[in-house]
Amino acid sequence: MPGLELLQFDFMQRALIAALLVGVTAPSVGIYLVQRRLALIGDGLGHVALTGVAMGVLTGTAPVLTALACAVAGAVAVELVRVRGRASADVLLAVLFYGGIAGGVVLIGLSPEGTPANLTAYLFGAITTTTTFDLLVFAVLSVGVLAVTVGLAPRLFAVSNDEEYARASGMNVAGTNVLLAVLTAATVVVSMRVVGLLLISALMIVPNAVAQQVADSFRRSLLIAVAVGVLVSVTGTYASYYTNTAPGGTIVLLAIAVFLAATAWAGVRRTRHGRLHHTPAEHGHEHGPGCGHPAVPHGDHVDYLHDGHRHAIHGAHYDDHGIDRTPVPAETPQEHP
Amino acid sequence: MIILTPSTPLLIMVLMTNPPSAGPLIELRHAAVGYDDRPTIRDVDLRIDRGEVVALVGPNGAGKTTLVRGILGLARVLDGELLLFGVPAQRFRERHRIGYVPQRHTVGGAIPSSVQEVVSSGRLARRPAWSRATATDRRAVDRAIETVGLGELRDCPVSILSGGQQRRTLIARALASEPEILVMDEPTAGVDAANQANLARTLADLVTAGMTLLVVTHEIGPLLPVLTRVVVVEAGRIAADRARETAPGDMSASGELLLPQTGPVLAGSGGRPSGPARGVEGAEL
Repeated sequence: MPGLELLQFDFMQRALIAALLVGVTAPSVGIYLVQRRLALIGDGLGHVALTGVAMGVLTGTAPVLTALACAVAGAVAVELVRVRGRASADVLLAVLFYGGIAGGVVLIGLSPEGTPANLTAYLFGAITTTTTFDLLVFAVLSVGVLAVTVGLAPRLFAVSNDEEYARASGMNVAGTNVLLAVLTAATVVVSMRVVGLLLISALMIVPNAVAQQVADSFRRSLLIAVAVGVLVSVTGTYASYYTNTAPGGTIVLLAIAVFLAATAWAGVRRTRHGRLHHTPAEHGHEHGPGCGHPAVPHGDHVDYLHDGHRHAIHGAHYDDHGIDRTPVPAETPQEHP
Repeated sequence: MIILTPSTPLLIMVLMTNPPSAGPLIELRHAAVGYDDRPTIRDVDLRIDRGEVVALVGPNGAGKTTLVRGILGLARVLDGELLLFGVPAQRFRERHRIGYVPQRHTVGGAIPSSVQEVVSSGRLARRPAWSRATATDRRAVDRAIETVGLGELRDCPVSILSGGQQRRTLIARALASEPEILVMDEPTAGVDAANQANLARTLADLVTAGMTLLVVTHEIGPLLPVLTRVVVVEAGRIAADRARETAPGDMSASGELLLPQTGPVLAGSGGRPSGPARGVEGAEL
């Protein structure tokens, strides 16, 4: 099989393992960010992590560890600002994020061997230069992040879904939010060598955007997102070797291609079903005895006449059983708008 | 049409999980409730006993919602005392005994979630943080979904449900923790007439099963058959607190007397020189 010879290269083995780790971890944390409509937080933390990388380069410490420290600190700061809920919160976040990039650029300039080229590996990813030590750190972080997201999944879901309700039922909402912020920071660091700090959010968010288009439950969304994450990160890493393109960019473009395909498919499915299915939400009304619509026996079930169409209840929607041709009695109840 | 489950299993559920205890479920003494350090409502003396169905009415901005949010721990009790099941609120750890149905027109975040998933999140109040759902947990969730008549729709994403069905999903979420009292904020707002009747039937079933209700509402109508007491909030104070004298279920007698009389109060009695509680004091509740 062509392409398998790539696996003989150590750098490629490490790259694919890193891609796999990111493909699983990023979407499983990102789903809660999407759920809370905080999709851009990951991006911001990527910026903050840049200062950490520069600190590592400047002090000769492993950049992965200093980036982790900075991203965690940044994540906790973001959460504290968010909880305050002031009108200026988004501006404060912007300041923090710009500060992250600026700090990174200035610090790297101070380091003796520091050239802008050094930063490029972190900004845009350099998966093929991943060292064994990096890989070890990524693996530990990924396993930790996954253990927490799986173990606390119901709680993370409840808090992301309805924070106020979670607080009223006695859950530790502040603690859960800080935990999610720390998980996000850890994921940022795992992803930075693969897709780069500028694209970090993409792997957390885009697979979930795909799931959003096609899934009908949270659980299925998570499975789809992880499948898409693994697929695009492994395929993208592999393909980039042959196309000689930047792996990070290739992975993200692949993810976006999947997203566009999913959106198109969902659109087609909706319009095809749209003519035949009506959900109560778009209907603004549930059919039932006494709903005001005349009930008409139709084989083994009852249809409700709605603007001359026979609506049959089928799960959460109505199947349109066509135009009713039986003469409508004179005293039909008033139709609902 | 979704068939409403008979209230028998629910009755068993309520009685089995909540052995009746003496004393009020909720008690406020000279309480002031608000946000930061500013009370929105003050001098509140309110006591809610088991089996009561209390409507909290009053004009917008009067402090009704702040009052219930204080009970739920979402607003601060700045002065006085709040006792939940006889325990001071700051030491109260059994939040699952109070079910909360927020005022919300839509359920869920940006990721699709099924009815079953949303309702299950209500069960967490009774589950330790790292635990998996047990068979008991799953049964409680199933019962809650059946009680509100959403059995057929359990695997549907909540986002495609109608307003009334979404409201019933939120009621089921509150029921999943097997609470002894339900606190509801405007349960019928934005729900069309047919679905209001449906909701009212669900609430009546719950009351029959022994549930205590505290309901913030603008529309007392759907609650009339089961209502036992009306508390009127005006301008940050409790303006009237009347138990109903006629038996619940006596719609024809109480309904006609109650509605026109409380009308001016509900509408905010704009510009009328009457005392704050006039409308209700005149009513025979």
